[in-house]
Amino acid sequence: MEGELLRPGDRFASPDEVAAALEAVGYIADRPLAVAVYLALKLERPLFLEGQPGVGKTAVAMALAQALDTRLIRLQCYEGLDLQSAVYEWDYARQLLEVRLLEAAGERDRDRIRRHIFSPEFLLRRPLLQALEASDGQAPVLLVDELDRADEEFEAFLLELLGDWQVTVPELGTIRAQVPPVVVVTSNRTREVHDALKRRCLYCWIDYPPFEKEYAIVLAKVPGAPERLARQVVAFAQAVRELDLYKAPGVAETLDWAAALLALDSGGLTPDLVDETLGTLLKYHDDLLRVKEELKRGLLERALARPEALA
Amino acid sequence: MPGDLLAHLVRFARALRQEGVPVTPDQVTALARALEVLPSLDQETFRLAARATLLCRQEDMETFERLFRQVFGQGQQRPATEAGAGAWSPRPRRPLAAQAPLVPRGPDEEEGSPLAGRTFSYSPEEVLRRRRFDECTPEELALLASLVRGLRWSLPPRRSRRLRPARRTGRPDLRRTLRRSLRYGGEQLLLAWREPSRRPRRLVVLADISGSMERYTRMLLLFLHALGRSGQAMEVFLFGSRLTRVTALMRRRDPDAALAEMGRTVPDWSGGTRIGQCLHSFNRYWGKRVLGRGAVVVIISDGWDQGEPELLAAEMERLQKRCHRLLWLNPLLGLPGYQPLTRGMQAALPYVDEFLPAGNLASLESLARHLRELPATRAPRRAGAPPPRP
Repeated sequence: MEGELLRPGDRFASPDEVAAALEAVGYIADRPLAVAVYLALKLERPLFLEGQPGVGKTAVAMALAQALDTRLIRLQCYEGLDLQSAVYEWDYARQLLEVRLLEAAGERDRDRIRRHIFSPEFLLRRPLLQALEASDGQAPVLLVDELDRADEEFEAFLLELLGDWQVTVPELGTIRAQVPPVVVVTSNRTREVHDALKRRCLYCWIDYPPFEKEYAIVLAKVPGAPERLARQVVAFAQAVRELDLYKAPGVAETLDWAAALLALDSGGLTPDLVDETLGTLLKYHDDLLRVKEELKRGLLERALARPEALA
Repeated sequence: MPGDLLAHLVRFARALRQEGVPVTPDQVTALARALEVLPSLDQETFRLAARATLLCRQEDMETFERLFRQVFGQGQQRPATEAGAGAWSPRPRRPLAAQAPLVPRGPDEEEGSPLAGRTFSYSPEEVLRRRRFDECTPEELALLASLVRGLRWSLPPRRSRRLRPARRTGRPDLRRTLRRSLRYGGEQLLLAWREPSRRPRRLVVLADISGSMERYTRMLLLFLHALGRSGQAMEVFLFGSRLTRVTALMRRRDPDAALAEMGRTVPDWSGGTRIGQCLHSFNRYWGKRVLGRGAVVVIISDGWDQGEPELLAAEMERLQKRCHRLLWLNPLLGLPGYQPLTRGMQAALPYVDEFLPAGNLASLESLARHLRELPATRAPRRAGAPPPRP
């Protein structure tokens, strides 16, 4: 195995190749993201993605795994996430049972019992350990999703792990990654993630996409959507984002909305249709009221009159 | 890599640091390596590589773009806001130092004045504790400030989701159970337990610094400073006609220097008040980032609001729903005959969990007590119904 390990960084020769590979699996990456991803792969540093919810941060990791043709290992963060859920845990129930069985079989040597039940057979591998242990010579993509939800203790641990790509299981010894996994960390900014961690990463802020990019995303992700509908949907979503809302619709919402309209078999937007389906685009009552108010003042007409909506 | 390019990078990093963007040598090294692995290096790619390696905060983007243009010349195709600084950067720009009025008027004006004519008749402490801030002499205020510094502050902790070993309650801890049982050769099964650990709760303060609050502002800011220095996890925002975050300044050791710096950087001292608008900016840009995990919010204001009461009520409702407790301190409360009848106060009150005075030291002391004894549960919330109109 050794010596023929394929480094993910060797797969692409330029940011443009990264962008092309991502596009081939349906993710439209702009230039800043392509450069950041390329550098993350080349320098073997984690990629830290920040941005509003629904702009496709998680999708980057998924697309990257697909483009690299490798496994995606996902760790969803939450407060209180501890090493037992993130790295490894012993299968205590089975261990306890095994102890009983050994005793029933007459085993009295405590050391042997201990060695037996703390063997890899009883180890439950959680995402971070899985990411280190990938043994087929293919670095997996490790997605640490919504790190802002985890607490500082976990962040500190992650910082250490991202530094030396190894963890120590006291009973088994140190486990080191043959090839460092490709790490993508995302944050919605419900809390500021510590700078020390971000500095170790390549940072990229993902914003709401401009019209042409979002249009391309809708066409790629909602198969069967007529171009005219897609243009109108995107134009309206972009117009809504310019209002002062609590939660502007993300790309995810635009896609949902386009899919909903397609399911309703509509070829174009009408005021009634928008009014009926607005719930897929906006998720706050206040925002809904606000946009309905704007609809009465001609928001839809203005959006559809934009040059890019007509093209 | 050519040596002069490296020198440029170092110079660029230094310029960033001087403008308050923290850049570590490690990050500069990463950029240098990045330039080596990039196949072709046009200006645009260089800029993006520098951005990905040197930055770690969206707010620093603008500074970065400006300095990049300065250090590496033009050839800049796209404006600085390309990554959407407009969509998400509430950080207001600093006004020129010369434009900003220096706040701490009142006591400070007297500082250089000749001693003659000043009264040195300190009130005994007990009287002083009940004397209203706006009636105090500068000497009394100075004494009050030192008393405020001596106050003990603490918020009751919240239960975290992280578990810690416990004696005999909570959830079973299989890991420790197994180990304990192995110690006895697997003979006994002694259950071990875990329970939620405790975490400090964050305090978020929104203080009114408009004209009507002027006589209280200095003392209240000193009080906030003392609170921050006591180690309490805290976020502080000042508002009048706009909202400014001053959390970092509150961490300065010297309260007078901190206040002076605020006077330089906060644009709207002693001006008008648009509470609703300011709460709106808070809810929109900061709420999600600082209110997580059960923060206690304290608004300090006399409730004189020039904005629309409807907006204020709506923003108060939103704010109350997202925090653990919402306290409103009003320095006028406790004045003989004072009734909270202003339109702003009336609009806000239905959403306030506790309405407390803040006009003298005694009331700040009782606030400290109050915070210490804050219940661990949330106050009951009204479901979305509009507040009763007065």
